[in-house]
Amino acid sequence: MTSPSRRDFLALLATATGAAALGGCGAPAGPVPRDTPLRVAAVNHVWTKALKERIPEIESRLGRPVSISMLTADQLSSQYNVKLNASATDIDVMMLRPLQEQALFSRNGWLADLTALVTGDRDYRWDDVQEAPRSASTVNGRVRSVPVVTERSVLYYRKDLVDPPGTLDELLASARRLHDPAAGRYGVVGRGQRTGAVTQWSSFLYSFGGDFVVDGRSTIASPEAIAAYTYYGELIGRTGPPGVANMSLEQALPVFGQGKAAFYADADSVYTSLLDPKSSTVGDKIGFAPFPAGPAGARPYNVPSWSLGINRYSRLQDDAWQFLRWASSPATVAAIQTAGIPGARTSVWADPATLAGFPPDLAAAMEVNARNGVGSDRPKVLQVGRARDIVGGPLVAGVLGQPVTPAAQEADAALTTFLARDNLHRER
Amino acid sequence: MGTAQHRRLRWIMLAPALAFVGLMIIFPLLFTLNLSFSDAFGAVNADTTFAGTRNYTDALTDTNRFWPALWRTVLFTVVAVVLETVLGLALAMLMRKPFRGMRWARTVLIVPLLATPVAIGVLWLLVLDPTIGIANHVLTAIGLPPQEFLGSVSQSLPTLMLIDVWQWTPMMTIILLAGLSTLPTDPEEAATVDGAGPWQRFRHVILPMLGPTLAAALVLRSVDALKTFDIIYATKGAGGGSAFEAETLNVLAYGLTFDYQEYALASAVLVLFTALIVGVVLLLRRGVGRDAT
Repeated sequence: MTSPSRRDFLALLATATGAAALGGCGAPAGPVPRDTPLRVAAVNHVWTKALKERIPEIESRLGRPVSISMLTADQLSSQYNVKLNASATDIDVMMLRPLQEQALFSRNGWLADLTALVTGDRDYRWDDVQEAPRSASTVNGRVRSVPVVTERSVLYYRKDLVDPPGTLDELLASARRLHDPAAGRYGVVGRGQRTGAVTQWSSFLYSFGGDFVVDGRSTIASPEAIAAYTYYGELIGRTGPPGVANMSLEQALPVFGQGKAAFYADADSVYTSLLDPKSSTVGDKIGFAPFPAGPAGARPYNVPSWSLGINRYSRLQDDAWQFLRWASSPATVAAIQTAGIPGARTSVWADPATLAGFPPDLAAAMEVNARNGVGSDRPKVLQVGRARDIVGGPLVAGVLGQPVTPAAQEADAALTTFLARDNLHRER
Repeated sequence: MGTAQHRRLRWIMLAPALAFVGLMIIFPLLFTLNLSFSDAFGAVNADTTFAGTRNYTDALTDTNRFWPALWRTVLFTVVAVVLETVLGLALAMLMRKPFRGMRWARTVLIVPLLATPVAIGVLWLLVLDPTIGIANHVLTAIGLPPQEFLGSVSQSLPTLMLIDVWQWTPMMTIILLAGLSTLPTDPEEAATVDGAGPWQRFRHVILPMLGPTLAAALVLRSVDALKTFDIIYATKGAGGGSAFEAETLNVLAYGLTFDYQEYALASAVLVLFTALIVGVVLLLRRGVGRDAT
């Protein structure tokens, strides 16, 4: 008996590979059985947990089970990149960050067009959705998602140590006064990590009168932006805890929750972790204040942090829309907001009963921040991740005590080059 | 059964394994190679065009991210593997002769090997947290200044090397211990009779005989250390930190893929990285061959 020749071996390898690859392609055609679940890919968030408790409502309406899988934000994003690159049909409803991923996902053709659905359904009341989230849900005039969670920058402070500051100057002065590392207490804690800090820094940038991009041109080396970088570096770097240059939400939140800092500026949507005795030792000592005013006034971000979209490859498009319609309806948003998770409906915000679930000073701060807020917290580009890495460079330099101006000029040049390339990608 | 039938049957038996190798190894490699010469951005299932060697040029001229990441990859591997080899050999020599509690010692030794890298990452993040971690409590209790460890731009990579050493030294010990147990005892006894001291016996008798085992352990561990990703990503996140201070080639390629969606450039980086690994293996294998002869 002769052994297989090398040519035979390679021919069989190619045939077997091709056959196996072809065998894995394609989804079964025909109607989807009623026992096939509607699959929702969601982030591990208090909103998702609150919605999960109400799932039987929509299951009975759809007549099919609903399966929700929860992942961290990064894992969720990676999952979309892996699955939708393979045109996967096993995700129907996608929870996504409209300001981070939506433009790119739309360009990739991964998100279904919801324009006719949201505007053609009078009972859905699309115009009841706040303007900034509604605008953030739209790409090139087409609606690609519906907002479900909104957040604003808020100032958390220790009310047993200090009164809330009205201005950024007062905040820095108080933070310096209370900064006592020898006693294990720091003036402030916040995000210093290159990418993670950019969204929180945006409130400082706007309040100093700056912006990321104006008329398509980078403005991160403007005098206002440099002042904001310098201030943030002074605040977080000089009155913050050790290692703050590598802190994002996951690291900064526990430091404040363990009573190690007097101030903490971050999203208002994370407040429940700071009040929960299981994760916070100072829950009864935490106060909430509107974002302090800078030279250009108080201009915190006010953004839709999470939205729901429909996978264009889903075989349950109609049911997916029914799920979105229900999850972002005035009734569901009101119920979830009453439980303490802020939504995007104007009518719900106008109902004082829906704010009863929040601590009174937080509700007041949210109301002020929403009124003064700016509808974006990061550069509006396709490749948000790369843009945030560029914008975050001078921020880290400031936190580390390095000269900010040359770092900002270098980042400005990099952002200018990046914007030209990002525009080319948009046009393709 | 005739010869033709035998041959058919053999192919049928081989087919599943060949399909697996083709689908899981060869197809992804060819797909990545193809992507590296395209302009794939955003999605790999979108239309792409041939970009020539542009992605390779972009990678090789990137002095901000690619070259520093390559340097960190090499530095991490060399420092970690050298420390693991020295410590692993020392532990193997210590545990070579039976002693009381040897079984316990060997069990404790392999504990770091049993944990998953992500669990190890979280464990060390908690231990080394600059503000609320136990490591700084211990340091201050014995009069030493607190450190930032993984929170620091300058200390992150050395800290990660030490975590890698903590995790992988036991594997070196186990491999070398197995090698030591197969060595003949006569040469060492003869050297002792001739008046050789412990260091001379180790340097001139044991070490040369252990050469092939040591070389095999070095190849295995070096390739593994070059590819380290999980522990770095679990502790430092995307980009390897605020100043990219722990960004190795693997972390860079992951970031280009999942954070930037620059699939073509990421593929070029991965092809270059694969070439580096193959080069290291060939170099080490040449060393092994020389040792073996």
